[in-house]
Amino acid sequence: MYNFSSLTNSIHEFLAASLSPTMVTVVEWSIIGITLIAFVALSVMGMVYIERKVAAFFQLRIGPNRVGKWGLLQTLADFLKLLMKEHIMTRSADKFLFNLAPFIIVIAAFLAIGAIPFALGLHIMDINIGVFYISAVSSIGVLGILIGGWASNNKYSLIGALRSGAQIISYEISALLSLLVIVVLAGDLQLSAIIESQRDGWWIFKGHIPVLISFVIFLIAGTAETNRGPFDMAEAESELTAGFHTEYSGIKFAMFFLAEYVNLFIIAAVGATVFLGGWMPFHIGNWAAFNSVMDYIPSVLWFFGKTGLIIGIIMWFKWTFPRLRIDQLLVLEWKYLLPINLVNLLVVAFIAMMGWHF
Amino acid sequence: MGKIIFYILAMAILVFSVMTVTSRNILRAAIYLLFVLMATAGLYFMLNYNFLAAVQLTVYSGGVVVLIVFAVLLTARMDHKLEAVGSLKSVASILLLLSGMGVVLWAIMGYSFVPNGMAEGAHDVKAVGMSLLSYGSYGYVLPFEVISVLLLASMIGAIMIAKRYTK
Repeated sequence: MYNFSSLTNSIHEFLAASLSPTMVTVVEWSIIGITLIAFVALSVMGMVYIERKVAAFFQLRIGPNRVGKWGLLQTLADFLKLLMKEHIMTRSADKFLFNLAPFIIVIAAFLAIGAIPFALGLHIMDINIGVFYISAVSSIGVLGILIGGWASNNKYSLIGALRSGAQIISYEISALLSLLVIVVLAGDLQLSAIIESQRDGWWIFKGHIPVLISFVIFLIAGTAETNRGPFDMAEAESELTAGFHTEYSGIKFAMFFLAEYVNLFIIAAVGATVFLGGWMPFHIGNWAAFNSVMDYIPSVLWFFGKTGLIIGIIMWFKWTFPRLRIDQLLVLEWKYLLPINLVNLLVVAFIAMMGWHF
Repeated sequence: MGKIIFYILAMAILVFSVMTVTSRNILRAAIYLLFVLMATAGLYFMLNYNFLAAVQLTVYSGGVVVLIVFAVLLTARMDHKLEAVGSLKSVASILLLLSGMGVVLWAIMGYSFVPNGMAEGAHDVKAVGMSLLSYGSYGYVLPFEVISVLLLASMIGAIMIAKRYTK
């Protein structure tokens, strides 16, 4: 299996040969930053295109098909259009907070994406509290929505912000508790250690029914945390005229849009890493021959395949179910998901203590 | 490199703390407070104490500041401004600040710091969890349980306040 650390090490040695240590750090940081921004921009454009095609197929339409082959350049055209649009500023808005809000939400998304393992050896920061770190930094993102909704000084925006605040704060609990199930089984918070613990099979197969339950809860909570349908009351275009980002235009709107899709990617990537083994190929126990055949498929393909699968499931959700009401949403979280989650965690702790998992 | 980042974080903490208490718009004050707390988390990351940094981000940035902002959203109005502080009050508080800073600086400068000999990574999650639930020396199981009783009491209190009485 190709290890990306040989590539990164050769780049590091090449830089270290000609530059001073401080400059090496600066150059490496710039390389990582530019790569990450390019990756995020490209993958978001891809995801927007796929989402529009998926929506079209669900609604028996064709979807974008004019710009480029199969409409592939449609999102690029939309992006250029958004870049060139006018920045409309409402006169009674709080200008500082209004301009700050998109940045907070994008920064939180980028902080989280830095801790995701993309392939064997392709891991920007393998922090020893990986899962906890990702949930910690993504909890800041909700502030962008709250501030943006308030600073717009608009009733629709304020209601959208309040709804999304209540929603994200509640569903964060479920998302974190369902991840804790795997942390209990793997015995570590570090993402590389969690992946390593799935060398003889992914947790979704090894951990019996409780892990399956927590995977479903994670998908529901993740969908709610990214403000996607059927949990998109925060923007609900038909009743709130897009909620917290009603007043945003041009590139600032594009940043909210970007953050939504980056968060979708992060949720899918964390789910793939924790439940489906991340870049770890499909291994079964000690079937050495089968496992070595699976190892021929590159790790980066495994990661993006699993992430794409989860993104597909979440998109399927969005275009299948009608939107919930805010009270139904909170009842679902506090009366159903949270108790199920707590009991589930107790069961898994017992399984892990007795060593009943594979 | 580390030094430059430290000075940037320290400057951010200083500037935004002052702005937190001088801002007359309550939501802006909350956001400046968010910057102070995030810069403090950055200091913890620099010290390689990742767990504390993540706790700082979750509890303070993601919890306390979100709650403050949420409360402001529910109550305050956009054009509401806090009243300006009088000149006598500001002179008195500056004097108080300077004298407090003098005492703290005098105490820190006079103290000779010695390394406590704790190994690198001794503060990882496992060690924190173990000492939180152990009853030996440096075990914190009693405070842990007392705090959980306190939390339970406040939760019951909140439910009782929010509960609608039908008479």
